[in-house]
Amino acid sequence: MPPSDGEVRFSAPHVVEYAYRRSVGAVLGRFFTGLRERKLIGTRTRAGRVLVPPCEYDPDTGESVSEFVDVGPAGVVTSWAWVQAPSAKHPLPRPFAWALIRLDGADTSMLHAVDAGAESGMRTGLRVKPRWRAQTVGEIRDIECFEPEAAR
Amino acid sequence: MSEVEPVKSIVTPTRLEYEYTAVGAQARFLDQIAHGRIIGQRCPQCRKVYVPARGACPRCGVPTAEEVEVAGRGTVTTFCVVRVPSENIHLKLPFVAAHILLDGADIPFFALVGDCDASEVRMGLRVEAVWAPREEWGPTFANIRHFRPTGEPDVDYEKFKEHL
Repeated sequence: MPPSDGEVRFSAPHVVEYAYRRSVGAVLGRFFTGLRERKLIGTRTRAGRVLVPPCEYDPDTGESVSEFVDVGPAGVVTSWAWVQAPSAKHPLPRPFAWALIRLDGADTSMLHAVDAGAESGMRTGLRVKPRWRAQTVGEIRDIECFEPEAAR
Repeated sequence: MSEVEPVKSIVTPTRLEYEYTAVGAQARFLDQIAHGRIIGQRCPQCRKVYVPARGACPRCGVPTAEEVEVAGRGTVTTFCVVRVPSENIHLKLPFVAAHILLDGADIPFFALVGDCDASEVRMGLRVEAVWAPREEWGPTFANIRHFRPTGEPDVDYEKFKEHL
């Protein structure tokens, strides 16, 4: 539609996109390899803390961490925020929660989406389990989202 | 785990989608380049010519209104020979991205240099615009496919060093 003020103007889509390919290293590489196998893997520090996602070093001491442990796959929501209007880039096309999830056997929490249906279905302490996508490739989106452990 | 191929890298997409609307000086530039003309604006205070213009002088902070047409030829001030592939750039390697100071302009702009070997591109090289066929012209920089060497003698560094 021509502008009513007679001024010349042009509009066009402008997309800024960088598809970064990141080397993940031995520790996160193990985590992503685990996701491809539908397993969740953390690292255990000398003091016995289990870090998920794994860290290459102990955040308390700076010491290298090399012991891997299986965790989850289910866990507990420790904190969350409800997304009422997801954007096109969000993992779910319907309202969902971003949540910090402490997987069983882990001492740290991992961020992921929870498909709780409605905000009233979310709460801190909720037990959740991963919903794997049909074809896993070795990245965080191999987990489509988490969902309440009690079948909905 | 030892028998499976480990994951060594991941792709992390970063994407921002805008609907960009050009008005004022930018729209005027696009309207004119659709007719094969490259226009800029001259600052009323420092007299510098900006191409493409944004409607104000970034140095003096005053509006620019005087329109100036500049040539489709100019001088390579700096350049980069790109030899590394990128997933979003579909150009044959190597290609040369350059800053080109058009004759009559005081600020270089970014364009490709072609029709010559990458090793021939140098600071001070004289180049001219290679336009797409007229029937393909639209309000876009893409009307200029690239710049190519003119064969004129190189410009001395002292003449363009303030425009780097």
